[in-house]
Amino acid sequence: MAGPRWTDRLMGIDRRFLFIVIAVAVTLPLLFPVNLPISVSPRVRAAYETIDAVPNGSPILLSLDYEPDVMAELQPMAIAVLRHCFRKNLKPVVLTLYPAAPGLIERALAIASEAEGKKRNVDYVFLGYKSGSQAVILGMGESIRGLFPKDFWGTPLDEIPIMKGIDSYAGFPLVVNLSGSKIADYYIQIAHTRYHRPLVLGSTAVMATDYYPYLSSKQLLGLIGGMKGAAEYERLIDIVGDARKGMDAQSLVHVVIVALVLLGNVAFLSSRGRGARPGGGAS
Amino acid sequence: MNVGPLIVTFLTGATLIAIFFIPHHLAQKLQSTLLEWAAVVYAFALILGSMSLWAVHQRKIKARGTGWPFSLVTLGALVVMTTGGVFQGIEEGTVVNWLYNAANSPLASTMFSLLAFFIASAAFRAFRARNTEATLLLLTAIVMMFGRVSIGEYVWSGFPAVTEWLLDVPNLAAKRAIAIGIGLGAVSTALKIILGIERSYLGRS
Amino acid sequence: MSTDPQILVAGLLTLCIFSFLYRDNPFYKFAEHLFVGVAAGYLLAVQFQNVLKPNVIDSLGTAISAAGTGDLSPKWWTLVPLFLGIILLGRLWTRTSGLARWALAFYVGIYSGIAVPAYMQAQIFAQLADAVKPFGTGWEALYSALVLIGFLGVLAYFFFSSHHRGAHGVAARVGIWFLMIAFGASFGYTVMARVSLLIARVQFMLRDFVHILPGA
Repeated sequence: MAGPRWTDRLMGIDRRFLFIVIAVAVTLPLLFPVNLPISVSPRVRAAYETIDAVPNGSPILLSLDYEPDVMAELQPMAIAVLRHCFRKNLKPVVLTLYPAAPGLIERALAIASEAEGKKRNVDYVFLGYKSGSQAVILGMGESIRGLFPKDFWGTPLDEIPIMKGIDSYAGFPLVVNLSGSKIADYYIQIAHTRYHRPLVLGSTAVMATDYYPYLSSKQLLGLIGGMKGAAEYERLIDIVGDARKGMDAQSLVHVVIVALVLLGNVAFLSSRGRGARPGGGAS
Repeated sequence: MNVGPLIVTFLTGATLIAIFFIPHHLAQKLQSTLLEWAAVVYAFALILGSMSLWAVHQRKIKARGTGWPFSLVTLGALVVMTTGGVFQGIEEGTVVNWLYNAANSPLASTMFSLLAFFIASAAFRAFRARNTEATLLLLTAIVMMFGRVSIGEYVWSGFPAVTEWLLDVPNLAAKRAIAIGIGLGAVSTALKIILGIERSYLGRS
Repeated sequence: MSTDPQILVAGLLTLCIFSFLYRDNPFYKFAEHLFVGVAAGYLLAVQFQNVLKPNVIDSLGTAISAAGTGDLSPKWWTLVPLFLGIILLGRLWTRTSGLARWALAFYVGIYSGIAVPAYMQAQIFAQLADAVKPFGTGWEALYSALVLIGFLGVLAYFFFSSHHRGAHGVAARVGIWFLMIAFGASFGYTVMARVSLLIARVQFMLRDFVHILPGA
């Protein structure tokens, strides 16, 4: 009886070997960076130019809605967008609709404000977390103070100069939402479609492809998708953050995964060609 | 037995729909109040979930089920975080904040990062060009994976442009149809709930 | 190696989770169970501080102190959601689970009512309007035509009230091709997303935990 074919041996490979290959593919470029150049996609450039077009000194509403599970993609994005806003002297009014986000946002604000020499409640406001998602997004169309009478650190909004005369979406020329979930849909439905605020979205890569219809209909003016989008934004504002540092590893792992997929298909087609049972099994 | 709750659903749902068309400040105030109430109910739903979690693990500990010491870890962590959060707060410098940064945040991130390994393994074993449709999916995925990383441009300078075209044309077309389908489904389900046709959310009588 | 206790704990817990890649083991189980408890407890803590305390406890406190002066503060209305929340807890016991339906009915009614106009306006009407806009010129016209054909094809595919035969069948087949391209794009992006999460964890371990990479 003939021994196992190379295709069967290949398909029967222990998955832990594949895990080691992936681990090495991630680690090596981080230890020995090549700094491959990053080209900027049209959608990220559109997001950048939309924020750049906001008049200097204007307030801008920033809703940072992500938790630790997706912070790898959205935290570098938040820092890059905040630094861009600070360089333009825009006054970000930041809030979150995710209960586990305030700690991450405090850190992002600390990093961005320290890098650009900005001060709390003078150059930016952090309203903190409010439960209710759609309720909060709807409520901001009527009264922000009704939802957030004080900022995250307990200062009444009336005592913060940035918030003077601002109590709803009408006070912001632009809304930016960095989101890892359906919160993005609510901002499109409510902040843009109902209250007619221009909207830029940053999302995880998993969600990004779903928002192209909204770009076409101009319900979104720009889209920053995933860690690659964050890296592109970092390139546009000429900083080297965690996203840009991770792009070499991203490239190598993608090459590895494509190679694995092609290898698997070569084995599959080879097995099929010989009339054997096609390879493949549980992962 | 469900008539009362069904009437409540109808009244609240119809009210919120009507308020959408009424810009008067009293209507908007009513909407804000109702939504605030919903937020309080949601908080109690989380309490309900935690009590249920407690009951499951308590039963396991009592019965000395498999892995019962780990249930002690879960309940211990739940008690510490809840007590700390209620009495000390959640700001920087509190026990809750420390545990959030030391445990919650890294555990959540790492759990999700495991998926990178499994997606690679699954792609190797199961992603097959079995027919025309699967081949189309496979080729698009490969173009995407090359087109969205720096190395793709080195392999072929046209990758980024092809990637953008795939996203702006076929992907847009399909996702638009899916978005409209989801919208129609959401609206019809919401209307069925408001009108009392759909009652599964109330549970069995 | 870091000497910051917070980073040390974070790093060790990260290693516990990664140990699952070899096989299931007590370290992974410990980390997993700890995560469940910490996450659930944190959510409760946040809800208490951000919702229950300001919206219920403080409101009722204000109402009670105002009642002594004869002021019938509207904050007494806070008793309504408090009552609904308490009866929701009745879901845990069979005898009281019927009461919980009132709270569920209120909550589900609220968000169903919000969903109807929101989805109609933003997802249905806006997308239909963009789908039927005039084509551009040159290549844009071709791309717009392709988008329209794909859009109609996918809608045809999802229409299950008649068999996919004849013209409907052809349209549905075209729709499937567009769907496969869209799902391929989603898969590629999903791979990118998952890999990004892994890259960030490895960055943390190399930079903050073992100090091999600069910038800790």
